Amino acid sequence: MLSFAIKRLGVAILVALTVSVITFSMIYLSGDPAMALAGEAATADDIANIREFYGYDRPILVQYLDWLFRALQGDFGQSHYLKTDVASVIFERLPTTMLLGACAISFALILSIPLGVISAIRPNSLIDRISLTIAVVGQAMPSFWFALTLMLWFGINWRLLPITGTSSWLNFIMPSIALGYYVTPGVMRLTRAGMLEVLASDYIRTARAKGLRPLRVLFKHALRNAILPVVSLAAVQFGFMLGGSIVIETIFAINGLGFLAWESIQRADLPMMQAIVLVLSVFYILLTFLADMINAFLDPRIRVT
Amino acid sequence: MARPILEVENLCVDINVPSGVLRAVQNISFSVARGETLCIVGESGCGKSITALSLMNLLPGTAHRSAGKLVLDGQDLGNLREREMSDLRGNAMAMIFQEPMTSLNPAYSIGNQLEEAMRRHRNVSAAEARDRAVFLLEKVGITGARSRLGQYPHQLSGGLRQRVMIAMSLMCEPALILADEPTTALDVTIQAQILHLLAELRDEFETSLILITHDLGVVARVADRVAVMYAGEFVETGTAEQVFNAPSHPYTQGLLRCIPIPGKTKRGTHLGAIAGIVPNLVGRLEGCHFASRCPHVHGACRSGELALRPAFEKSHHYRCVLSPKDCADNLKAGVAA
Repeated sequence: MLSFAIKRLGVAILVALTVSVITFSMIYLSGDPAMALAGEAATADDIANIREFYGYDRPILVQYLDWLFRALQGDFGQSHYLKTDVASVIFERLPTTMLLGACAISFALILSIPLGVISAIRPNSLIDRISLTIAVVGQAMPSFWFALTLMLWFGINWRLLPITGTSSWLNFIMPSIALGYYVTPGVMRLTRAGMLEVLASDYIRTARAKGLRPLRVLFKHALRNAILPVVSLAAVQFGFMLGGSIVIETIFAINGLGFLAWESIQRADLPMMQAIVLVLSVFYILLTFLADMINAFLDPRIRVT
Repeated sequence: MARPILEVENLCVDINVPSGVLRAVQNISFSVARGETLCIVGESGCGKSITALSLMNLLPGTAHRSAGKLVLDGQDLGNLREREMSDLRGNAMAMIFQEPMTSLNPAYSIGNQLEEAMRRHRNVSAAEARDRAVFLLEKVGITGARSRLGQYPHQLSGGLRQRVMIAMSLMCEPALILADEPTTALDVTIQAQILHLLAELRDEFETSLILITHDLGVVARVADRVAVMYAGEFVETGTAEQVFNAPSHPYTQGLLRCIPIPGKTKRGTHLGAIAGIVPNLVGRLEGCHFASRCPHVHGACRSGELALRPAFEKSHHYRCVLSPKDCADNLKAGVAA
């Protein structure tokens, strides 16, 4: 188990380094960063000053390593637009996005895993058909439209929930549902397919032949094996939510990382964008690592490979 | 004679399939005495596994079981609810399956799976269940049993896994073990070991054994009594001696001709084969089920219901229109040819 964890961690670090190289090179994607910063009216001297001030005149490798070591210490430099410390802005926004993502993925899992299990136990039953409908509709419906519909009914017509802001936990209900609902179909269908396959397997027959009660067969013997791919999918989707909450955060005016990313792109605030991409990537990599660990805990066969 | 452990009369299993009702098992009756081994022999799809699963009440949802009598150790199984039946499974009766590679849950250690089989039915502590597991693992010939408890199925070979399955079936000292082709998926060398082990444990624990197989070599080694199954019916039942020495039903005769006898069967001779395929069991089949493949078929075979009839000896029965003498003559003619 330990050697498996170390191997996985090694892979995760390599992936993170690769991402950091790509993130770093973002600066040079749109040409000379000093010239872009200086603006159209700048003289050659201004540009040279800026180049020197930000260190763009050094060899590229030195710039990368300098940037990387600062980033490792939580220093992502100064925002070009806000003129403040990038890290402090990001860590101010990050908890909001994490909370939203956690609520959304919890909502998705709590809804989709039980539905998937029930659909697998009673295939083609009424509940299976209903959840299939939910899945199809969920997959087909754009999340912004769903979010606006929720706002219209629960916020405006019935006045049950606040529409915008982050002042109380009530504010997170609609965004979480809007963000999480999109993940539900995939998780539900994967749970159903996994359970159907596992329930037909020989070791489930063995468990029943031992006289075990149906619930024990279902939860101890079946779900543990069926849930493995769901864990991986949920981790990927959670990471996807953190980065992809731009639309939802914008609609509900939630000051999270997604919203910040959107603003920074508009302002061409490169250090900020770099930092956001890097932070989200690292979270994504950590989540994948976590999913691997959970799967290794659940399935002993994974531990040895 | 002591009361039999298992009495079955007129067991039928019908399976709903898209084209109608498949009569997988039709009116079979048998009994098994304490410590006795009954072998149910037949080719794939004849209904032998379904018979075993129906006794355990583990049939798929599309199957329906009915029986005139179904009594295990004095307890009527016919009217038990699923909950009461699950109290008996793994307890009074246990089952060993054909595929040791997939019959153990890959996610749990074998110790966990063994102990669970006991703790479900007996009010014992985890330590007691573990001791029983170690005791039985040693009994089934697994060395270093205590240290094996923490191992997972993927760390064991097929033969070892089948030994674990056998140990698991014995956890609650069942009166009856159903073994559904327990050696089919194993290497030939391991097959003999496992069979030997089953016979040994049967004697030691005085367990009755129903062994389901298509391998007549297996039958010859361990069976006390044999039931030959064809297309959902028993076509011949008797002691192992009767069935092997004086097979009466043309199907049994054909099956035995398929086996080469070391020293007797000459090199280069063609082994016997039974031409044709098993009839479709959807719907009602008139007359003898074997008629379509029987070398001795004639008009009388094609209609009416055939009952099992006694052969020369009382305990030996077969299902054929031919008289015992005709059957014996056929056997001789077949051997000569």
